[in-house]
Amino acid sequence: MAALDIAYVAVLAAALSGVLPLLVARRRYAQRVAFALLAVSAIAAIVAGASALTGETTLAERLPLGLPWLKWHVRLDVLSGFFHIVIGVVVLATSFYGPSYLREYESGQNDPTVLNLASGFFIAGMLLVLLADDAFSFMVAWEVMSVASYLLVTFQHEHAANRRAGFLYLLMAQIGAVGILLGFGVLATFGGHFTFDAMRGGNVPAAWASVAFALAFFGFGMKAGMIPVHAWLPEAHPVTPSHISALMSGVMLKVAIYGFMRFTFDLLVDVQWQWGVAVLLIGAGSALFGVLYAYVQQDLKRLLAYSSIENIGIILMALGLSLIFVGGGHPVLGAIGLVAALYHVLNHAVFKGLLFLGSGAVLYRTHERDLEHLGGLIHRMPVTAAVFLVGCVAISALPPLNGFVSEWLIFQTALQAPALENGVLRTLLPIAAAVLALTGALAAATFVKVYGIAFLGKARTRHAAHAREVPRGMRVGMVLLAALCLLLGVLPTTVIGVIDAIPQLLIGQRLPSATAHGWLWLTPVSPDIASYSAPLVLLAIALSFFIGRRLLPARQVRRTPPWDCGFGPLTNRMQYTSTAFAMPIRRIFAPVWHVQEQVEVTRRHEADAPPTGLRHQLHIEDRTWLALYEPIGHYVIGAARAIGLIQTGSVRTYLLYSFLTLLFLLWIVT
Amino acid sequence: MPNDTVLAWLLAVVQTLLFIGAAPLLAGWIKRVKCHMQNRAAPSLIQPYRDLAKLFRKELVLAENASWLFRATPYIVFAALVLAAATVPLIALSSPTAAIADVIVLVGFFALARFFLALAGLDIGTAFGGMGSSREMTIASLSEPAMLMAVFTLALTAHTTNLSEAIEHNLAAGLVLRPSFLFALLGLTMVAIAECGRIPIDNPATHLELTMVHEAMVLEYAGRNLALLEWAGQIKLMIYGVLIANIFWPWGIAETLDAAALGVGVVAIAAKLTGLGILLVVWETVIAKMRLFRVPQFLGFAFLLALLGMLTQVILETGT
Amino acid sequence: MDLAKLSLSDQAVIASAALILFTSFIMLAQARIRPLIYAFAWQGVLLALITALVALVSGQSHLYISAALTLGLKAFLIPWMLHRLAVRLNVQHEVEPLANPSILLLIGSALVIFSYYVSVPIVQFSTLVIRNTVAVSVAVVLLGMLVMVARDKAIAQVVGFMSIENGLFFAAVVSTYGMPMVVELGIAFDVLVAAVLFGVFFFQIRASIDSLDVSRLNRLREIDE
Repeated sequence: MAALDIAYVAVLAAALSGVLPLLVARRRYAQRVAFALLAVSAIAAIVAGASALTGETTLAERLPLGLPWLKWHVRLDVLSGFFHIVIGVVVLATSFYGPSYLREYESGQNDPTVLNLASGFFIAGMLLVLLADDAFSFMVAWEVMSVASYLLVTFQHEHAANRRAGFLYLLMAQIGAVGILLGFGVLATFGGHFTFDAMRGGNVPAAWASVAFALAFFGFGMKAGMIPVHAWLPEAHPVTPSHISALMSGVMLKVAIYGFMRFTFDLLVDVQWQWGVAVLLIGAGSALFGVLYAYVQQDLKRLLAYSSIENIGIILMALGLSLIFVGGGHPVLGAIGLVAALYHVLNHAVFKGLLFLGSGAVLYRTHERDLEHLGGLIHRMPVTAAVFLVGCVAISALPPLNGFVSEWLIFQTALQAPALENGVLRTLLPIAAAVLALTGALAAATFVKVYGIAFLGKARTRHAAHAREVPRGMRVGMVLLAALCLLLGVLPTTVIGVIDAIPQLLIGQRLPSATAHGWLWLTPVSPDIASYSAPLVLLAIALSFFIGRRLLPARQVRRTPPWDCGFGPLTNRMQYTSTAFAMPIRRIFAPVWHVQEQVEVTRRHEADAPPTGLRHQLHIEDRTWLALYEPIGHYVIGAARAIGLIQTGSVRTYLLYSFLTLLFLLWIVT
Repeated sequence: MPNDTVLAWLLAVVQTLLFIGAAPLLAGWIKRVKCHMQNRAAPSLIQPYRDLAKLFRKELVLAENASWLFRATPYIVFAALVLAAATVPLIALSSPTAAIADVIVLVGFFALARFFLALAGLDIGTAFGGMGSSREMTIASLSEPAMLMAVFTLALTAHTTNLSEAIEHNLAAGLVLRPSFLFALLGLTMVAIAECGRIPIDNPATHLELTMVHEAMVLEYAGRNLALLEWAGQIKLMIYGVLIANIFWPWGIAETLDAAALGVGVVAIAAKLTGLGILLVVWETVIAKMRLFRVPQFLGFAFLLALLGMLTQVILETGT
Repeated sequence: MDLAKLSLSDQAVIASAALILFTSFIMLAQARIRPLIYAFAWQGVLLALITALVALVSGQSHLYISAALTLGLKAFLIPWMLHRLAVRLNVQHEVEPLANPSILLLIGSALVIFSYYVSVPIVQFSTLVIRNTVAVSVAVVLLGMLVMVARDKAIAQVVGFMSIENGLFFAAVVSTYGMPMVVELGIAFDVLVAAVLFGVFFFQIRASIDSLDVSRLNRLREIDE
């Protein structure tokens, strides 16, 4: 069976996983059928993607579907193959995780088969986006993905916040889609047809190419959640069921990145370096603001959503570097940037998927998303705690896990700046790298906060104190992703040897010596310039650990109460809180947030009596709401009012409008 | 050829062992000079070794709700710093371990150690641990960009992030008046002071709970765990010392692996570290500790210096 | 260009140029009046050093006179006058709280990059090995203006003004081996006279608004809100 046929199987299985449960009478079996089909779909996607990627083949076909003059064009090449794998991996993990997780919803007021239907079409839509080879089928698949995910966001529609998030999401998805559509329109005008093949051949003048690029960057960026068009993301991602959040954050944002890469590197043939500067700057902004907003969040899932903005920013930075180098005539260095971006796409899918599944596990047992209500879960949920720790280390870009590899590659790309002719760019690139360093350090601080407050210390509430380990299915899903974090971190050379085919397709250039020195050494440019050996790092850490733990003579351990300054036993409420942890950074970077802080002191009688109660209120709002969205909203409402004046309610006026329109049209026709 | 390789790896291991073995000595030297400077009776040079030996022998005391993470952290921290020490050229260049990790990975090792230490601070659930973790992560998130910026300046000049190659490049260039190196040196020194918890950022000798940063995180550690953490701290100080000494004054480091060159290398690094130790003591004696919210300005200045280093490198030293 | 291949004196010129840039940043961030004046004096010393070095390299003997003049005026006389003024006005210990020093320094760094950007076309016409320092001289001018914009205290603004003049002089030295002697002498004495006049003005300002804080001058506007 050819890779393309397997890809069809993946799409069909995903769609069927949505439809079939409707026909199964008992809810329990319905779930099993749905998730089994999702697993089939995931495995088929991985197989199809892997065979396309390792075989370096491009398969194209015309399906007898679609419009009479525009049949659906389908294509599977190394780029879409890679993204098939990204989708497949996360979907596979959720298909283990989902059945147990959804048991919670069976007794709820919303029918989980609706969830199956929407998530089936959501995944099928994403896979179809990857397969599409003409603008028409691309947009149809894109809309299937958007609308299905809208249904997922509003699944628990009894809460007003979810309805609001869903509306915002749908609105912004549609605005973004208009941008993409117009971008395709520009290309189709010059290419003469809506197929991607025609667009590649089209001779687009530089100015129009920039217009098309700007439209596509806006449209895809909106879906990917870049700053400042990210507002839907922190609203929509937290309110879906956690395994869907994992898919939305881990995968759907990557589909937007796929679209951007397809559009920029593949369809727009001649890349200009100025585009790269725009992408790099917006990427750096998204990374920094994303992580700073993540740092001050209390809600675990909202925090992870902001962290997704940060990671999309990092991916955009790598793509921007790649564009700068390709546009500046250094395709080899551009290839490194591209590989770094792709590696981070895969990494982020894996560890963000893992972290969302982990937050779902916490939610499943404690029904709490607020960090201040958790604590001590490492004692109650050992497996979840261990895999969540892996996710935290990976996302904080620490060696030897996978997040570090992609950030290291981005640093290496940025440090090749002296190759550029333009002096200003030579100064800009290291500064961008420093922003990345700041982002990485703040991400580490953020995830120390998350893990330390939620999993370490003592339980802050009764729910957290009575948590239990989650069922096996959920653990399997998380362990799968945690193992991938480790594998991708330790064997980067092997992975890069495979995804090397993508820059070959898009830029016509492989990495010169990334894999030349065996699986042990990663040398992106040349061994004199930089080398990193993740396997040896892991080996050395494991060895020291072994020496320390096993070879030193065992001592007996005495347990005592912790140091309490002699004031008597410590209680749970004396622990450091998440707000307190974040306070120094909040004070240092104060202008970034819109912070409203109030302290109320209540006293018994006279003004100087000792206080009897303290109340601290902290409200942190996204500045872009005040600076961007609210003015636009006011403007739109104002415009609507102005136009609304023509609605007089009188029938005669409406007849007059029709009459005038008729006259106007007659005048046009003659 | 294989014989050479084996010898090179053997030397690398010996160099690493020497590195971690000499780290307490540097700490002892600093303490001794400080005592002399403040007219106090000075402890013996090998006092840190005695302290470590005593801690290793002591019973292991753990807080009641310490998890496995708390117990694993000292080993992870120690392993990360030993690995970091292995990649920094101490007495000889081109050791095979230097290729395992370049200078960005070195920063990654520090970050790994700090990550687990900060988690351990939160594990017990006392306010002190949380306070230490929060402050440490705050300081680190500001110092890491400054450190990498300084490192980038060097990397742009030497066209490599491999430490051994970069030092070789500086050695080959001879004495060049590089303003970018001056700025990078100042920036890196300020970062080193912040990262190693020295005055004015943190006082390594304090045990006043509210002013502690590093000490607050390790407050609950005892016995062997504490010994490993103290030792790791000494290794970290030594790594920064060796980095500053060997990057900016590479002279004396052994380029070949024969006995004479290695001997010169040992003497050279000992002399450089002795000098740096005295400078650190003088600095710590004349300066007063800052409040926490002055630290961002200190590190912001370090970042500015590193940034100026990069800018002068691009504008003045490379030019058009 | 490779720095290691240049002669030691050229390297010294480049290193001093970098230090001059650094003193400009110090002036931008320094909240106290007295260290601000010292930073300005150091800038004068470095400028004199560069002029002397350029004189040595190029053999243009009139530059030695410029160097001596710079040293005397900008490193000693004017800082001394400013310092004396500060003492007489009793503001030498005053601390001017800067609203956001980090942002100011970031703007300063952006200005350096910008001046590099604008000076690249000019630099290409020059054949001197030290031509890259032109970018620094432009940056010193712009940073001096930024000091004048960002600071409230009149003395700080005067220092900013003087450092603009330093930047111009620096540009002249490194791009064309200095201006004709007559022009240089004229400018030097203009600066001196300006310094004296500023001194008189300080007392006038203080007498009329009882402070040296120029932000209070907005009381002078005609239209009340």
